[in-house]
Amino acid sequence: MSIAIIDSGGANIASLLYAFQRLSTPAELTTDTRVIQAADRVILPGVGAARDAMDRLRAADLIDTIRGLKQPVLGICLGMQLLTDASEEEDVECLGIIPGTATKLPSSVTCPVPNMGWCATRSERQHPIMAGIADGSYFYYLHSYALPVSENTIGTAEHAEMFSAVIGKDNFVAAQFHPERSSAAGAQLLSNFLGLA
Amino acid sequence: MQFRNHRIVGDIIELARRYGQEGADELVFYDITASPDGRTVDRSWVSRVASVLDIPFCVAGGIRSIADAEDVLNKGADKISINSPALENPGLITELAKRFGSQCVVLGVDSRDENGGYFVYQYTGDPDRTEAARRTTVEWVTEAQDRGAGEVVLNCMNQDGVRKGYDCTQLAAVRAVCQVPLIASGGAGAQQHFLDVFRIADVDGALAASVFHSAEIPIPDLKQFLDDNGIHVRTCT
Repeated sequence: MSIAIIDSGGANIASLLYAFQRLSTPAELTTDTRVIQAADRVILPGVGAARDAMDRLRAADLIDTIRGLKQPVLGICLGMQLLTDASEEEDVECLGIIPGTATKLPSSVTCPVPNMGWCATRSERQHPIMAGIADGSYFYYLHSYALPVSENTIGTAEHAEMFSAVIGKDNFVAAQFHPERSSAAGAQLLSNFLGLA
Repeated sequence: MQFRNHRIVGDIIELARRYGQEGADELVFYDITASPDGRTVDRSWVSRVASVLDIPFCVAGGIRSIADAEDVLNKGADKISINSPALENPGLITELAKRFGSQCVVLGVDSRDENGGYFVYQYTGDPDRTEAARRTTVEWVTEAQDRGAGEVVLNCMNQDGVRKGYDCTQLAAVRAVCQVPLIASGGAGAQQHFLDVFRIADVDGALAASVFHSAEIPIPDLKQFLDDNGIHVRTCT
């Protein structure tokens, strides 16, 4: 099985590459349209700001490529937000594949932003991406923006307010947390993604 | 020497794997091999840790520049922790936060209780060089947050290594000014100490080394104990 990880910039790609090595299915970091289109699975990661990431995808001429993908695609963290209509962060228009707009997490003394750390994640509806993962499992989060709960929500978590932890529409799924840093539950999710029909 | 170093690295890889499996939420590696005289350091161990570990980890020690931080983060570390270099040049915190984001910039603070006042110490890695940094701990933590530090690890030196419990009074005083995650360090000797520091000082995490290395406190037992006592933790499956 071939896995293409879209290089949307940022420094934290190594841990994602290692996560797939641990699953014995090495992934390739790329911005090559042909490699991405031909891959069995595509990952859209992302760290940093939404505008920078969208600019990089545009510069690499990948906007329409990603919109047209038919194989299973997994957005991670900022990559999840990029799949939606827009982000309130600098009012950026995103890929528009999954409806919704990422909004800033509300900040409070007990819930500082960014939300960094392990959060219990509830399952809201059945989906093969969450197969074998106990309801309420903890995943590792690192974010300042999040998607509100919608009809595409698969799982939720809470940081002052409830937000979408996992979403899915057609062949696109996405997680706000970092599965590559979420221990056994995260490995299970990545493995489920590889097993999607 | 070479052999010995390899063996030590092998040990930390195994230890990292073990802690990950046992349910540690995060690991911090204090790189004591990092050379203070600016020689190039071999950080290939960071990649090896990243390849076996599936929980976040932080590298502390030897990070004095954007380039050092970039090297460590590119090799797969999630966070970098700076201590003495930040005291020498507080602007380093600002630069690192701008370049990589506050979420991966951790401030390590060594603090000593002197007649009820809390003061920062630097160069604590070398007993001959350790000296007071002429700053109060509360002032320093406040400034570092303003500069963009995303997390603070407060090591209470009076308690460090004596295993009589965290310095909850000092940690609570720092908690009052610390809006970013605060991690307690120094003094853990029993499960009750962890419960105390979460309850009394309201910290976000508790760091310990020797009680885990020696397996005196198994992590799954500790987490069960905390959970039983109403502290929300990721319990091990």
